[in-house]
Amino acid sequence: MLRWLIGGGREPQGLAEKSPLQTIGEEQTQNPYTELLVLKAHHDIVRFLVQLDDYRFASAGDDGIVIVWNAQTGEKLLELCGHTQKITAIITFTSLESCEEKNQLILTASADKTVIVWDSNTGRQVQRISCFQSTVKCLTVLQRLDVWLSGGNDLCVWNRKLDLLCKTSHLSDTGITALVEIPKNCVVAAVGKELIIFRLVAPTEGSLGWDILEVKRLLDHQDNILSLVNVNDLSFVTGSHVGELIVWDVLDWTMQAYERNFWDPSLQLDTQQEIRLCQKSNDISIHHFTCDEENVFAAVGRGLYVYNLQMKRVIACQKTAHDSNVLHIDKLPNRQLISCSEDGSVRIWELREKQQLTAEPVPTGFFNMWGFGRVNKQASQPVKKQQENATSCSLELIGDLIGHSSSVEMFLYFEDHGLVTCSADHLIILWKNGQRESGLRSLKLFQKLEENGDLYLAV
Amino acid sequence: MISAPDVVAFTKEDEYEEEPYNEPALPEEYSVPLFPFASQGANPWSKLSGAKFSRDFILISEFSEQVGPQPLLTIPNDTKVFGTFDLNYFSLRIMSVDYQASFVGHPPGSAYPKLNFVEDSKVVLGDSKEGAFAYVHHLTLYDLEARGFVRPFCMAYISSDQHKIMQQFQELSAEFSKASECLKTGNRKAFAGELEKKLKDLDYTRTVLHTETEIQKKANDKGFYSSQAIEKANELASVEKSIIEHQDLLKQIRSYPHRKLKGSDLCSGEVVHTQDQADQASTTSNHDESANTDLYACRPAYTPKLIKAKSTKCFDKKLKTLEELCDTEYFTQTLAQLSHIEHMFRGDLCYLLTSQIDRALLKQQHITNFLFEDFVEVDDRMVEKQESIPSKSSQDRPRSMSPEECPIPKVLISVGSYKSSVESVLIKMEQELGDEEYKEVEVTELSSFDPQGNLDYLDMDMKGSISSGESIEVLGTEKSTSVLSKSDSQASLTVPLSPQVVRSKAVSHRTISEDSIEVLSTCPSEALIPDDFKASYPSAINEESYADDNEGAIHFQANVSPPELGEAEEGSLENTPSQIDSSCCIGKESDGQLVPLSAPVHTHSGEHGVVSIPPQRHRQKDQGFHMDFSVENTNPSSQDNSCEGFPACELDPSHLLASRDVSKTSLDYYSDTTSHMSSVASTSSDRIPSSAHPAGLSSERHKKRAGQNALRFIRQYPFAHPAIYSLLSGRTLVILGEDESIVRKLVTALSIFVPNYGCYAKPVKHWASPPLHIMDFQKWKLIGLQRVASPAGAGTLHALSRYSRYTSILDLDNKTLRCPLYRGTLVPRLADHRTQIKRGSTYYLHVQSMFTQLCSKAFLYTFCHHLHLPTHDKETEQLLASRQASFLKLNLGLVNEDVRVVQYLAELLKLRYMQESPGTSHPMLRCDYVPSFLYKI
Repeated sequence: MLRWLIGGGREPQGLAEKSPLQTIGEEQTQNPYTELLVLKAHHDIVRFLVQLDDYRFASAGDDGIVIVWNAQTGEKLLELCGHTQKITAIITFTSLESCEEKNQLILTASADKTVIVWDSNTGRQVQRISCFQSTVKCLTVLQRLDVWLSGGNDLCVWNRKLDLLCKTSHLSDTGITALVEIPKNCVVAAVGKELIIFRLVAPTEGSLGWDILEVKRLLDHQDNILSLVNVNDLSFVTGSHVGELIVWDVLDWTMQAYERNFWDPSLQLDTQQEIRLCQKSNDISIHHFTCDEENVFAAVGRGLYVYNLQMKRVIACQKTAHDSNVLHIDKLPNRQLISCSEDGSVRIWELREKQQLTAEPVPTGFFNMWGFGRVNKQASQPVKKQQENATSCSLELIGDLIGHSSSVEMFLYFEDHGLVTCSADHLIILWKNGQRESGLRSLKLFQKLEENGDLYLAV
Repeated sequence: MISAPDVVAFTKEDEYEEEPYNEPALPEEYSVPLFPFASQGANPWSKLSGAKFSRDFILISEFSEQVGPQPLLTIPNDTKVFGTFDLNYFSLRIMSVDYQASFVGHPPGSAYPKLNFVEDSKVVLGDSKEGAFAYVHHLTLYDLEARGFVRPFCMAYISSDQHKIMQQFQELSAEFSKASECLKTGNRKAFAGELEKKLKDLDYTRTVLHTETEIQKKANDKGFYSSQAIEKANELASVEKSIIEHQDLLKQIRSYPHRKLKGSDLCSGEVVHTQDQADQASTTSNHDESANTDLYACRPAYTPKLIKAKSTKCFDKKLKTLEELCDTEYFTQTLAQLSHIEHMFRGDLCYLLTSQIDRALLKQQHITNFLFEDFVEVDDRMVEKQESIPSKSSQDRPRSMSPEECPIPKVLISVGSYKSSVESVLIKMEQELGDEEYKEVEVTELSSFDPQGNLDYLDMDMKGSISSGESIEVLGTEKSTSVLSKSDSQASLTVPLSPQVVRSKAVSHRTISEDSIEVLSTCPSEALIPDDFKASYPSAINEESYADDNEGAIHFQANVSPPELGEAEEGSLENTPSQIDSSCCIGKESDGQLVPLSAPVHTHSGEHGVVSIPPQRHRQKDQGFHMDFSVENTNPSSQDNSCEGFPACELDPSHLLASRDVSKTSLDYYSDTTSHMSSVASTSSDRIPSSAHPAGLSSERHKKRAGQNALRFIRQYPFAHPAIYSLLSGRTLVILGEDESIVRKLVTALSIFVPNYGCYAKPVKHWASPPLHIMDFQKWKLIGLQRVASPAGAGTLHALSRYSRYTSILDLDNKTLRCPLYRGTLVPRLADHRTQIKRGSTYYLHVQSMFTQLCSKAFLYTFCHHLHLPTHDKETEQLLASRQASFLKLNLGLVNEDVRVVQYLAELLKLRYMQESPGTSHPMLRCDYVPSFLYKI
């Protein structure tokens, strides 16, 4: 809200600036989210959402509180208080089948240099680890080995009983920003511009203890790596601050593809003040990835790009998808893509295929978000080239969700209950399909009537 | 005041229209007499009696053993209210009609004084001279220092409107019972404490005396006792006896059944609902109650005093005040309850009745009424409670309370004379079954009072010319009501009140003259207080007073009747199933065992059941007479008393009937309001029309004003329809303006269109300052928003436009509205700018009735099973949706956007219905992705 107030003053300019932004009117027939529920419990920016099971999720943020919610009713189930500073990472640790107690654990790392393990059913604090030298910035669970890793300035390996198994030496002061598991007991850690591959050595006949070894350092990125995601069994993908997207082979850690098209050097030469403003380097930083079998979806600056792994090129893009940086994107099963951004909005996109038989110019609707005159042409050139031989796709805006008054940090999609978004305005909003909810309510109503014995069905 | 329209109806023939109006006024004989008191500023609706008080009030009086009846306090405690009304005199009146005066003391055959947990008695009486009618609730409090340990008190609701008292009897009785229960609970506590102190004193005295006796014994060792020693020994013995007596008393007061306490717990609990200020008190009292037994046991340390052998003279000591008699806490709680009662029954009877009917009807639509009705009244909940309590407790009521085992004494005495003054007293003692059905029937019974009551009134008025001086009318005892509803056939009889019945009633009815007392109705609390209260009455008194059964009653009546009539009387009683009580508004009764006979016989036999007793000149005597009757029906002295000096023929009611039946009937029937008027004249009323102080005065005024402003809005703004549609479809309407008062006014006006979420206040925010938040739209459906002129204002507007899909924005300063299109037919009917309705309250009612219609549609839509669930597995969603659409369109006749209104209401209904189960569900914010349009004037 504040942001909108402050931002309100320069709005007329902003609007002019935003003219390339694709907008959708009030009529959004494909937007199913007609009902929303605002959940207010946090006192500061809510940064993380994590799904616990079919109907529960946990939220965490800068107020150091973790709250467990019911995604169906919006009911606050548990409030986990323990951290004194903001939470930097949250992850769930589901027990293995072999384990007798089926309880799911929530691991939270905080800037107070502790990690707390919670029981997600009772809200009980299982254990608190405070022997860290630095803030833990990322957590990952290796389900197969039944261990979890914490990454800060160093990388530590813990077992379920929260014993420190082994740790690396001090890696860097910036610390590990992202951590991903890859096959052969390896993990990839993003440390600054570098990618470091570690191998975990589990206890065997010979050696009793766990060990973690640095296997390889990959130095191909020119700037800080912001995002690191596993694509499939064969590859993982990284994105950097200057818009480099690199697809790596999981097994031999070699570069499979390199994409820097998001960052068009020609733009830098452009003298137009406005363009330079909006093409600042962070406008092409890759904040987040999401993947499906064939495509990598990247949140690049304010835009969205779809990179096809087979074709090794961008097949669709929406260069100004939002007014401001896109923070999180996710792919829904129904070819829909949802993105949320610092501008406080959530947008729903649909990936539409279209057959490009001829090399005719791309419809203006596709590119007109890109802006004006010359810039438009230049920008579209690489895309045009790629479109020559095969299918191309487009991202069509089918709806936007407006509710948050400040940047939407993250969202979570529930198949049955809709969408949960969290934001810097301290709120969590539950977006629901109004029609479906109405039907569900009717169902419940008649169930209750039946329970009360008030239901008489006409014969 | 009978003015233009009436006269015009007579004169405006078509011919007259054409001719110039030069005719003189109507001939004298055709002119309608003007309301005689128009000059005095009165109106025809002003009260007819010459009451000296401006509005109803509650009077608490005591029959002090030192000074006799005296008023203690009034509620409201404002001399303006009762004005010149003679409280002292009226206290005398109301205290003199306690038929249930308790018998406390040494009952024959009992060694110790016995405490009787007496039921309260409820009497309705009228005093036509004073123009006052009262519901009188007698109760007895215990005081160790009082004679017989009892202090009779009464609370009276005094009104100038007899019908009000009669028709609100049930409610009055229920409410006063609560107050009484509260007082009595406090009193029991205080009494127990007092007893304990006394016991300690006695114990101490005994030890002192004992040692003294011992010393004396030792001193005169001569083998004989001095007279002094004997005296001491006697004193000691009397102290011992006193100790035993007091211990027994303490045991009795403690043995007051625990269930009883629960009952009063409930009473205080309800006070919590009604009285905010009593909150604290009652919670603590609840606490006290639970720890009651403990409290009895452990009192704070008390230093015993020596009790002198000779107690002080009764008149020397100062009697305890009411507040001392009860705990202060309970006393204040009672006062709170009483002022609640005063508040509750304020205003005109028709207002009370209408609102009661209103509430009753609303209760029937308990699923939908939360949407637009804003009655969140406490008494409603209380009624529910009251309904629920008896049903529960009736199951665990001791069976001994059933009529079979607890024989019903039935004494029907009508004391009356057709000469100059009449005493009509009806006393019926009836153990009521307490079933809920009974109450139901009673209600119908009471509602059938209306015509009778009217007739009574007429009757009285006509005779008012003969009568003069003071008169108190005791028109009936309440216990009879319960008798009335004995059988179903009886109930059915009640409704079509046959003319004969009415006539006979009217005929044999009291005439008013000096010094007559008419008890309109008395009600031993049995009949009306929740079972919880009465079931657990320890039946010390019950057993005694109800000891005589039916047989006894008849026997008693036979005794009363002169010998020559005795046989006939008995005969008639035996084959008379229903006795018509001539004097009592409550009408008639049957013993329920026999089938009622047909109407004519009915009338006659009814009259036979009545024993008429000629007037009693001295009120003193009346009192004695009444008292005796109420206390012990079988008391021979009372019979003697009542019989003495009555000519035999006057005791024959058939005589009564025969002599006056024919002559009076026509008069009874054709007497019209003018008779009322004349009676007013005779009473020389200078009464100000009773100021209508309806309970929800403010809300009433609020409604009126809201309706008026809504009307103005509709007339003024051509885009009122889409704005109202926004409200009805759950889209938040933001009213933006600079002037707070204007915005507030419009918000208030439009709030009548806002559907409610639940039983809480409407989701309306009258005045908010920016920025608005998404939470606000979820919470509020109508917001008055301050327009800020500063640059921040632009931000506000921006934020608003950002959330534009959730809101409609009405800009009062620029007279624009931004909201979705509306093309339905519902709102135009609801808010027609060419409406003929002029008054705000009328418009409000119009809106309410429209909403009731709308709610019923929403209800149908919500609760039609096949509209929401597939009838079989294979049915697709589309089919379901089309079925819904066609239902909304064809069955409910909704067009375009009207559908959304009903759908929204249906969602609210669903939420509400499910909310009743545990688990809170939040209100959700709905939006439709529809384009908005900008409307301008």
